[in-house]
Amino acid sequence: MAVQEFLSPTSLSEAQAAFGEGAASSWLAGGTDLLVGIRLGARDPSRVVDLKQIPELTAIEVGETSVRIGAAASAFDVLHHSEVPSLFPGLAEALDLIGSTQIQGRCSAGGNLCNASPAADSIPALIANSAQCRILGPEGERTFAVEDFVVGPNQNALAPGELLVELILPRPAARTSDAYLRLTPRTEMDIAVAGAAVSISLDDSGTCTAGRVAIGAVAPTALLVKTAGEALVGSQLDQAAMDAAVAAARAAATPISDKRGTAEYRTHVVGILVSRALASARARIEEARS
Amino acid sequence: MNKPLNKMAVQATINGESKAFLCSPGQVLAEVLRDELELIGTKIGCNTGDCGACSVLVDDRLVCSCLVLAAEVEGKSVQTVEGIADGGALHPVQQKLLEHGGLQCGICTPGVVVAAKALLEHNPDPTEKQARYWLAGNLCRCTGYDKIIRAVLDAAKTMREDAA
Repeated sequence: MAVQEFLSPTSLSEAQAAFGEGAASSWLAGGTDLLVGIRLGARDPSRVVDLKQIPELTAIEVGETSVRIGAAASAFDVLHHSEVPSLFPGLAEALDLIGSTQIQGRCSAGGNLCNASPAADSIPALIANSAQCRILGPEGERTFAVEDFVVGPNQNALAPGELLVELILPRPAARTSDAYLRLTPRTEMDIAVAGAAVSISLDDSGTCTAGRVAIGAVAPTALLVKTAGEALVGSQLDQAAMDAAVAAARAAATPISDKRGTAEYRTHVVGILVSRALASARARIEEARS
Repeated sequence: MNKPLNKMAVQATINGESKAFLCSPGQVLAEVLRDELELIGTKIGCNTGDCGACSVLVDDRLVCSCLVLAAEVEGKSVQTVEGIADGGALHPVQQKLLEHGGLQCGICTPGVVVAAKALLEHNPDPTEKQARYWLAGNLCRCTGYDKIIRAVLDAAKTMREDAA
């Protein structure tokens, strides 16, 4: 088989009609996973429905309380947006680690999420920032947390015909910042051995009032480690609190051993990444005040 | 059962000229550039977006043309390595690659030229680190990259001086 039809709808309702009902259709955002999948024989859609002519899918809107990133907005557009990288420096770090300049010109956070790789860079950063997914399908619309979107390696929660429209991130409160770090053998063009994203809020005295920790590449899906975030709240991010968060992240990790690293190595490294990401986010908050 | 492939008619601006071409719905831009439009400067290396040899600009955005469907460029502007020189006058990036010996076998060179031109339009005064990261998706197995990077930074300097 080969792709028999290419459709380019310009509205959400047209997109739903274009997709049809069968499993033979694929949505196309940046194509950096889909077209490689077709090339390698892992995907075989007969109909490809491009999403990039639909305004909602590529829009990036910074509002009073939330930031909306269209599911097909390219990483390049997010990284060069006037406000998003400074509001979410950790999300920007994650997007800036995906592939090359050429790949970033096409790939999207929404696509990275739908592709649902255990090692996806942007997913931990979206989870740490409490992102919600707005989904439209034949049965209507639903919205739920990013951490519930990925249900297994390369498996997402979309029902047939459903479309991820946008990611909605709460606008960070005052004295809140995020960070994402990953370990790779090379500095560029590589896939995470382990990754960690954090988002923390500090009050004026430096006490942590909110914390979210997400880890990647150490489980079948990126994970929100609630216990790690809880270990930080109420502390001054002192050594004991950091150690507790690190221990919680390591306890949540259930990595595989493969050519990128052994399970033991990944478990150890993910703790270090959590610790360093926390230090980075804290430094960002302090820098913003000074 | 396979249906017959429907050819699509696409209209786009290729290197400044309005062009119409036919493509299959699943055909990638790199293949159409080479096989339909006879713009064989664009090379196909990996065909999976890893090597950058097929780099082109679509509406001034640097992309791998092996990861763009040809049908997606309807109404858009595509620039390939053939559109970089100004007639017989080489672009500074091309001139400096020659002067610094920033190429040997030449397979990666069209992609490097297009990517470097995009870098300098985006950032006229890149640091070495910025240039290396921007070009990280353009694999070269001959030069070891040093001469490419020196050529790109020298081209940037020339272009800044010419603009001043």
